[in-house]
Amino acid sequence: MSTHRELIRRALGPRVQFVQGDDACAYGAVLAGCTFFAGYPITPATEVAERMAEILPRIGGCYIQMEDEIASMGALIGASWTGAKVMTSTSGPGFSLMQENLGYAIMTETPCVVVNVQRSGPSTGQPTMGAYGDMMQARWGTHGDHEIIMLCPASVQESLELTIVAFNLSERLRTPVLVFIDGELGHMRERLVIPEDHEFELWERPRATDRAGYRPFAPGPDLVPPFAPFGSGFRTFVTGLTHNEEGLPRASSATIHDQLVRRLAAKITNHLDLITRYEEFYADDCEIAIVTYGITARTCRDVVEEARRRGIKAGLLRLISIWPFPEHVVARWAERVRAMLVPEMNLGQIVHPIREAVAGRCPVVLHSRIGGELHTPAELLEALEALQWQPA
Amino acid sequence: MKHEIRICGFGGQGVITAAVILGKAAAVHDGLTALQVQSYGPEARGGAARAEVIIADHPIGYPGITLADVLVAMSQEAYSRYHRAVKPGATLIIDPDLVFQRDEARPVVPVRATKIAEELGNTVVANIVMLGALTALTGVVSPEALLAATLESVPARFRELNRRALEAGMQAASG
Repeated sequence: MSTHRELIRRALGPRVQFVQGDDACAYGAVLAGCTFFAGYPITPATEVAERMAEILPRIGGCYIQMEDEIASMGALIGASWTGAKVMTSTSGPGFSLMQENLGYAIMTETPCVVVNVQRSGPSTGQPTMGAYGDMMQARWGTHGDHEIIMLCPASVQESLELTIVAFNLSERLRTPVLVFIDGELGHMRERLVIPEDHEFELWERPRATDRAGYRPFAPGPDLVPPFAPFGSGFRTFVTGLTHNEEGLPRASSATIHDQLVRRLAAKITNHLDLITRYEEFYADDCEIAIVTYGITARTCRDVVEEARRRGIKAGLLRLISIWPFPEHVVARWAERVRAMLVPEMNLGQIVHPIREAVAGRCPVVLHSRIGGELHTPAELLEALEALQWQPA
Repeated sequence: MKHEIRICGFGGQGVITAAVILGKAAAVHDGLTALQVQSYGPEARGGAARAEVIIADHPIGYPGITLADVLVAMSQEAYSRYHRAVKPGATLIIDPDLVFQRDEARPVVPVRATKIAEELGNTVVANIVMLGALTALTGVVSPEALLAATLESVPARFRELNRRALEAGMQAASG
């Protein structure tokens, strides 16, 4: 008899592979213990679903192709309440359709991971091209007050690793976690080394142990309520309406609503130490900083190296976790640098929380590129040099 | 060390497959850093197809190619569009049966990949003939790595055909 972990290893294949970012997200999910995927194929995210469709039946998991993305999120939430680790993948148009149920997952504290392989919008836009146009939709796309967690990988290897992290955060904090890549990274192939089990941690959602007097939404000391899956004999009631700790609707109570929604936000913002991730290059003596994320950060690494060769004290702050926004990290950079350049593959989205964090301490210059092509090293170097000569 | 290779032609010739095999040879079998990207039209066949492979011995930042070290052109359109986007001293490999008009001032290595593949019994391996030629001319990957990556990327019943296509390509480049 093979163990489940052995089955996973066999289904994933050789330890070193040359695969796409999409594939790596699927591999990361499977390594994290994902056994349920519901989704609707969409370019450039289809390969995530394809890999899950191949692997899940071989490891005793379940893949369902749904009729649309609304239903995909619905199926995800239901499956998660059986205790399974669950994921879906999509791109812009599908992510738009997922917004309502994303909010339902937040309100009902349902762990789930959503991979968005972004393409250009609005609407169906440019299906085969990469973009980062959904960064703000991820934050505020579903209605109401809430926090969301989003991770932004920049390589195929990191797509695998951060998908595992996404599952860990989602389970630990009982909240949806978003992994955002783009069509370029999704379809880009690189060397991928599949980590051994001892090379990464796996976190599980907190489990309820005491059936008597169980209140499904009574938080533990870390504000996360212990979970009891459907069918386990614990009395559970789940609703998107404002609810009390029994899970029963109390939609007219200002006090209960205030307590619930503040707790849902605080269980995330109280755990920034678990969530916040970033990478710094030449932080010590940096005068002109590039602040960016995702695939664009790779190009910026080259640009900073070239700028240094030309005598410009450039540096790079690569944001890996975007939401909750790592405000203190950006603020710390703003104390020291003369200017910030923010290249984005959109018309300016993350530049807004950056400006909020910088709070006027230095100029923040947006460098937008849309249409599906990446920023070139030459154009970013030129933008950096222009900032170098700008009077302080 | 950094080699930037652009392989282009029209959809259906297997230019993306060729690039994936080359990248796999470098990344999985030669233990190098490699990255492969592609672009293609919505058509299944006939549209312009382009794939790029970067092979290096260090981490790769910008995942694209501005000027190539090696260009493989398997159509007139591909040649006309990309023959200038190369570094000085770049290797240009063309299929002379598909590229009719070219800049005589730029030396090319003609490899009759489609004809050679036809003689081997199936034009579908023209891309593999080109890979054999490219490897013999540039040494960006080892012949052993290329063979291993090719054989694991094709169905079992086509392995022998692909092995012969690689050899024929290597011969055509050195002959």
